[in-house]
Amino acid sequence: MARSKQPSVQAGRRSVLLAASAAAALPLARPAIAQERKLVVGVVLPLSGTFADQGRNNEEGIKTFQKIHGTKVGNVTVETVMRDDQGPGSGDLSRRLTQELIQRSRAEIILGYSFTPNALSAASLLTEAKKPGIIINAATSIITERSPYFARVSMTLPQLASSLGQWAARNGIKTVFTIVSDYGPGLDAETWFTKAFEAGGGKVVGGARTPVAAMDYSPFLQRAIEAKPEAVFGFNPGGDVSVAFMKQTKERGLSQAGIKLLVTGDVVDDNLIPAMGDALDGVISALHYQVELDNPANRRFLAGFREVAGANATPSYRTVQAYDGMALIYHALQATGGKTDADSIMNAIKGARIDSPRGPFTIDPATRDIVQNIYIRRGQQKDGRWANIAFETIEGVKDPAK
Amino acid sequence: MRLIRIGAGLPLLLAAVASFFLFPEYLSLLNTLFILAIFALAYDLLQGHAGVVSLGHAVFFGMGAYTAAVLAAHGVTEPVVGLLAALLLSGLLALLLTRIVVVGNDLTRLLVTLGIGFLMLEAANQARWLTGGADGMSDFTMGPVLGLFRFDFAGETAFWYSLAALVLVYAFLWRLTTSPFGLALRGIRENVRRMPAIGAPVRRHLATAYTISGGIAGLAGALLAQTSNFASLDMLGFERSAEVMMMATLGGTGSIPGVVLGAVGFSYLKDALSAMSPKYWHLGIGLVLMLSVFVLRGGIAGGVSALLRRLRGRG
Amino acid sequence: MSGLISILADGIAYGMLLFLFSIGLSVTLGLMRFINLAHGAFAMCGGYVAVVLLNGFGVPFLLTLPAAAVVTGLIGVVLERSVIRHVYPMPELQQVLFSIGLAFAAGAVANILFGPQQQPMLLPDWLTARVSLLGVGITGYRLFLVLFGLVAAGLLVALFNFTLFGARVRAAVDDRRAAEGIGINVDRLFALTFGLGAAFAGLGGALAVGFLGLDPTFPFKYLVLVLMVVAIGGPGSIGGSFAAAIAIGAIDALFKYLVPEVGNYVIYALLVLMMIFFPRGLAGRAA
Repeated sequence: MARSKQPSVQAGRRSVLLAASAAAALPLARPAIAQERKLVVGVVLPLSGTFADQGRNNEEGIKTFQKIHGTKVGNVTVETVMRDDQGPGSGDLSRRLTQELIQRSRAEIILGYSFTPNALSAASLLTEAKKPGIIINAATSIITERSPYFARVSMTLPQLASSLGQWAARNGIKTVFTIVSDYGPGLDAETWFTKAFEAGGGKVVGGARTPVAAMDYSPFLQRAIEAKPEAVFGFNPGGDVSVAFMKQTKERGLSQAGIKLLVTGDVVDDNLIPAMGDALDGVISALHYQVELDNPANRRFLAGFREVAGANATPSYRTVQAYDGMALIYHALQATGGKTDADSIMNAIKGARIDSPRGPFTIDPATRDIVQNIYIRRGQQKDGRWANIAFETIEGVKDPAK
Repeated sequence: MRLIRIGAGLPLLLAAVASFFLFPEYLSLLNTLFILAIFALAYDLLQGHAGVVSLGHAVFFGMGAYTAAVLAAHGVTEPVVGLLAALLLSGLLALLLTRIVVVGNDLTRLLVTLGIGFLMLEAANQARWLTGGADGMSDFTMGPVLGLFRFDFAGETAFWYSLAALVLVYAFLWRLTTSPFGLALRGIRENVRRMPAIGAPVRRHLATAYTISGGIAGLAGALLAQTSNFASLDMLGFERSAEVMMMATLGGTGSIPGVVLGAVGFSYLKDALSAMSPKYWHLGIGLVLMLSVFVLRGGIAGGVSALLRRLRGRG
Repeated sequence: MSGLISILADGIAYGMLLFLFSIGLSVTLGLMRFINLAHGAFAMCGGYVAVVLLNGFGVPFLLTLPAAAVVTGLIGVVLERSVIRHVYPMPELQQVLFSIGLAFAAGAVANILFGPQQQPMLLPDWLTARVSLLGVGITGYRLFLVLFGLVAAGLLVALFNFTLFGARVRAAVDDRRAAEGIGINVDRLFALTFGLGAAFAGLGGALAVGFLGLDPTFPFKYLVLVLMVVAIGGPGSIGGSFAAAIAIGAIDALFKYLVPEVGNYVIYALLVLMMIFFPRGLAGRAA
């Protein structure tokens, strides 16, 4: 991703210093008695198997944050211990790893949880152990209601799907055919897109629910084309499945049939674009982050990310989510003056406002869920490469499901 | 040979009890190891004793897990009741499936059980109202065991609870496989054609073995659901089915202590390697599996008895 | 109606890939009685060879295909000669353990070398264009897959039925001892056949990247489907595997299109029924 406006590493470092001095200026940052200590952040992510790529994106976000902001907050040194929960559905494992991180590694905060079941299964454990759990990916609305010690810095699917539904209705699209993966998040996406779209006057004329690991989408796309909608709404779980879906929408000639493609933005994650190529052309999506965002925090983030992951690497939105998870922890440590008990941390997290690479976000004090900008983007070429370019920003979107 | 089998149970039990005091921070891992040992024992009653292979045994494990979880979610929170219900329902499911899972040759059996596994997975995914679908079930709270012992954070209750179940299953299967019924199963394994000729009811024996095996696998699943407060589609998936086959084979199929060691050893190795290198531990597991077939012919049990033979030969 | 036919054509193209993935496993199972659950690793290997050549060295797509087949075939022969042949005499379950281990290790090596992400492969434009054939629209690439699969199957059938090599292989399948008795070098035959199976998997892998994607979990991703093809087709039967692969691809696509509510179950239900009523597969030969 060579870009003309890429900030130099020096500039990145300088802004780190600025940020650090700004942090030092906070009145709470100096506790009465300075005592050096260590805080272990336990990290539970899918680091092997089918979803290892997601886990690696998250991991790089964590590393990028510590590269830019260092490992010390005041007198607290922040250390991470990583464990592999192997992917979705292994809630029993994710719960055990959470327990082991707390008991064996003395973790005081848990960061991670890529998948809904893996977060849900740890909920009661975190409540019992009184340890904050920062969710950096799992997107089902209900999770944060299951433990008062959960906070989420990623997104909820209803946030994306309903923003997209509203946009579609506002922009003169009358009929939509939905294609979603047949599991919890897919149904969430279908429900919330439909709700928002039909509230705006549109009509969902049909839908298909596809196997979660489907690689051949042509039967479903054919049905969609035959239903003659003005647009297709798609959601699937990312990775190879989303690449296959996107490529086949092009092969099947969705746009030749005059049908627009709308997807939740995770389907066209920035780091999947090279594998999708021109299948991205004209695709409308809704997401909370894209590489092209132009703000100081994002420039700093991208510079740090390229130091960690290589000059040609492209971050995923998940990289930013993990980065922000660490930002939230650092923010809380500053606000508590180094106190690490769960209630102090949670109090500092509630209502926190962070200047993230994705733009400013806050944590809703009532639900501990994220309130953030959702960008409506269009797939188009920029400097000879395909990219998601935002053309509309919906500010301060709360999770509509709560 | 027989003496070795009787003898192996006691040291294993002592080692298990000692681990409670030696590794107080590893109790939840040990709990998982005990549960997987039960599952592997259940599976090996088929593979090792009756000679019937399967790539879908997690169906019963998952059935047990969901039974326990659904009961708890509907107010039946006493764990032992949940275990018994899981044992019965999974056993019943196994009984219903016996007729079609023992047809044909090994390859046929593998594929039939594999197909059934996928069908059950889809069914459980569709029955979202009951199973929670892909999100799994975690919205339930287990009561104290026998009304006395609450499941605690460190996993002490879970440790003793699962160990007790393992001891019972171990003793039961040991008795069963050394009984005339067990010998008949071995006969079926060795020569499936001749058994009917000597008047053995092969079908009924296999149905009985399948039912018992399915029931115990369900018990293991229920233990996991209860002690981890979670049930999911994953528990009845193909990977778990393949893994139990690997554990039994690695331990030494047909040997009860061997299978226990196989399950415990394999699962511990997985955990240790994945803690060491969360990203690349598959390489270690792969190499160990490949080496094992050269180093431990006949699995851990085979390796141990070869060692014993050699020692005795020298003495 | 044209929608239906076009879906069928897509399903058949998918089936062709399954055929290429599974033919090697079918032959090694039929010939060496070796249960090679790591067969998917060869397909993955072919995929990476093609991606590296295409993206790294700018080799044209069509040239990457034979390269993938040759490199994977050679790796297959080397592995067979060095390690795998020692596994042939082992009991089946030990073979399962070994080959699962091999698949794990292969995936991990790919992860270390290439990372866990999807490998991008953008096909040349002439392949992604949509063409109309007798009024039915089909993607150029799928048409290409169908033609390629037909040629490959034809070549294999010819090789096994009309050449001396094929006659030797068939003789060894039927009775290994007798074949050795009449002077056939069975060891070399095994190595060549194994390499051939690996090469076809590698070719399938290279062809699959543009369609199914490529990442280090590839060895396990299609294992279940490949096993289905082999069992339904009957181990060791080229024609059987071909028919089974095409049938699975077509039936799967058809049901997903016609009755999407149950479309995901159908192939598994079919598998169970097939195995109960035809336990020896389409070709009717015992494993």
